[in-house]
Amino acid sequence: MESPVLNTIDFSLYYGETKALDKINIEVPENQVTAIMGPSGCGKTTFIRAINRMHELDSSVRREGEIFLHGKEIHGLDPIGLRRKIGMVFQKPNPFPTMNIYDNVIAGYKLGGIKLSRTERDQIVEDSLKKAALWNEVKDSLHKRGTFLSGGQQQRLCIARSLALNPEILLLDEPTSALDPKATKRIEELIVELKEFVTLMLVTHNMSQAARVSDYTAFFYMGELVEFGKTEKMFTSPDDKKTEEYLTGKFS
Amino acid sequence: MKVKSINRRKAENIIFKGTVIFLSLLTVIPLILILFFVAKKGISIIDLNFFFSLPKPVGQEGGGISNAIVGTMILIALTCLLSIPLGILCGVFLAENRKSRLSFWVRLWVEVLQGVPSIVMGIIAYVWIVRPLKGLFSAFAGSVALSIMMLPMVIKATEETVKLVPVALKEASMSLGVPYYKTVLRVILPVSTSGILTGILIGVSRIAGETAPLLFTAFGNQFMNYNIFKPVNALPLMIYRYATSPYKDWQNIAWGASLFLILFILGINFIASGIAKKWKVQF
Amino acid sequence: MNDRIFRAMLYASGAIIFVLIAGIFLTLFISALPSVKALGHSFLFGTRWNPQSVWEGENITLGAVPFLFGTISTSFLSLLISIPFAFSTALLLGEYMKKGFFFAFLKSSVELLSGIPSVIYGFWGFSVVVPIVRAFEIKTGIPPYGVGIMTASLVLAIMIIPYSASIIREVLHLVPTELKEAAYSLGATRYEVIKNVIFPYARSGISAGLLLALGRALGETMAVTMVIGNLNSLPASLTSLHEIHKTIFSPGNTMSSIIALEFNESSGIHLSALIQMGLLLILVTTIINFIGRIYIKKTDKSGKD
Repeated sequence: MESPVLNTIDFSLYYGETKALDKINIEVPENQVTAIMGPSGCGKTTFIRAINRMHELDSSVRREGEIFLHGKEIHGLDPIGLRRKIGMVFQKPNPFPTMNIYDNVIAGYKLGGIKLSRTERDQIVEDSLKKAALWNEVKDSLHKRGTFLSGGQQQRLCIARSLALNPEILLLDEPTSALDPKATKRIEELIVELKEFVTLMLVTHNMSQAARVSDYTAFFYMGELVEFGKTEKMFTSPDDKKTEEYLTGKFS
Repeated sequence: MKVKSINRRKAENIIFKGTVIFLSLLTVIPLILILFFVAKKGISIIDLNFFFSLPKPVGQEGGGISNAIVGTMILIALTCLLSIPLGILCGVFLAENRKSRLSFWVRLWVEVLQGVPSIVMGIIAYVWIVRPLKGLFSAFAGSVALSIMMLPMVIKATEETVKLVPVALKEASMSLGVPYYKTVLRVILPVSTSGILTGILIGVSRIAGETAPLLFTAFGNQFMNYNIFKPVNALPLMIYRYATSPYKDWQNIAWGASLFLILFILGINFIASGIAKKWKVQF
Repeated sequence: MNDRIFRAMLYASGAIIFVLIAGIFLTLFISALPSVKALGHSFLFGTRWNPQSVWEGENITLGAVPFLFGTISTSFLSLLISIPFAFSTALLLGEYMKKGFFFAFLKSSVELLSGIPSVIYGFWGFSVVVPIVRAFEIKTGIPPYGVGIMTASLVLAIMIIPYSASIIREVLHLVPTELKEAAYSLGATRYEVIKNVIFPYARSGISAGLLLALGRALGETMAVTMVIGNLNSLPASLTSLHEIHKTIFSPGNTMSSIIALEFNESSGIHLSALIQMGLLLILVTTIINFIGRIYIKKTDKSGKD
């Protein structure tokens, strides 16, 4: 296995008294796509939200255990700096409605109060949009509102917005669930291309999507990590009975 | 068992509907009467001079309402200055902490504050501002009274608007490592601008016509005054004083001022609904 | 770090509301104290209001009863007058029509009605309503003041219709659509749905709405001051059994109008007594608003569960 960029030790999470995650131990390999799979309510979204500490927006959440990014415990870091290193893309595309495409891409810098020169900004916008495979479609309308784009384009804009900060990890929370099949295909192709620049973690409830794009797969069930390994291996000969039942559609 | 015939039931239904429509139409009649009467009485007195000259003593021809217009503008500006920043902050607090106990009580007391009679605001501003300044009435004191009235409206408008901002937008900003205060100031508030502005304008249209809180605070003034620590005239105050005076000339001026005040308030409402429609942010 | 300051500011802004309310009550209470001490219960039960007595003799007569009577009679009477109109408007806008020209016309008319300043209602009231009432009084053999409790109530009723209509509409809106549809599907007419489904469901919310409208009427100042006749004593007809029907046509004064009229010329115990009147006013309206709002919040919750 490649060196892990992120690993967790006995990581648990509670909503009030309810346990949402139970002692998760995982090592996420660098520059690979790790799919996180499982039936709804299994804790997969909760898990990736915990990785960039988005769960702290809800004050009733309590955690136990640790998460390490390159060996550093993330809860000892400044959440703001951490979130710049770990980007996130959400279920529904959410470009900032009052900003144009250009400003949306550099929103992380602009809102974070980081001053850039004009040429640096232009460079970041172009690079990020190219990485997100959106540059050719929007290069002539950079100063139009982001909300005028199609759903698939909006989602790629949101990916570009995260990539602009040069994150080490990009978290994708069911990024295609609000998109049509054609737009979904483009995003899936993009995910594979992005491995070159960033480690990706993809939450999906769609097994074939996990099979198509991921290198590793983690299977969550009832807040526990049931099985984790190479996607090929997991889809052909899973170790755990629960995984097998899920993959063969015994429950969903 | 007694069964009402279907025809009887239908007749009841029609009679009820007819009554409802009739009474609703009757409700509109006073409005038409008021607008018609104020327009008829007011239009004859209004000319350009009316807006640009000061009031004249009884018996002299002409005289206008320029100082009252300026005074009302000063009062509105000061009131906005005092109530908007706190109102927006408190509105954001309520929208962002929807379920907390503290916000439940804040919300309830804001609603109660909205129901406090306006004359009481006048007493409060008198005791707080006028009395310590040795009985000096002032535009500032008037604005304090008006801003306590306007505060709940700004809070409500902000809360309602910010509540409608999708959580996704806040999360997008937070996930980019943007600090919370910048997320609120640069992401959440900009998309709420139209709603908050509409609320503020409606608030302004309410306070622009308030008389009771000004009686013992702004007090009124026959002359032009730009100093916020001196008594200042205001349109509703002037209407009250002139309308209740025994002089026909003054009453006519009060009609003119009433017409202008109504048009001013309608204008603000009109702009408010325009902003609500045009500037609405699509999520 | 900035975040912590910002969050603290948000909480502080919420807390300021309490400070403001507490400050208002405390201010009124302290300023009313001299009058409370000097007048005792004669303030609440005295029927004579004589500010001159503060300067003349030892016996200060400042009784608030005439104004309590004026405030209570005008607000209840106006509420009574406004109810059928407020209901009709709310029903028409909330149940019978949802769009169309007449809907827009009625809706914006009601909004306009609520936007007209109180002082203009008062001015219009004594120019138009007073002569009409006077003509009626002449015909029926009642002393033709024109101004008085009835006139004030009429003007006040027009002013609170938009307010109660909008609250009633809000409450009607909380009635679940499924309930209405269930009744319609059983063949009920619209009248029957309103009578048997909507009203029973919304009853407590509607009462709360009317309570809030009453609270608004209690505090209304300018329009009432201009048409009530400003008589600082109880109507004479109140004491005679034969004349009692004339009471609502007689002049009077309300708590808020006596404050508006005399505050600037008062000092000492007189001023303090007026502030005590303000304190009484804010206490009553606050209690009314508090109960009303809590009731509406309850209706809201029962609708969602």
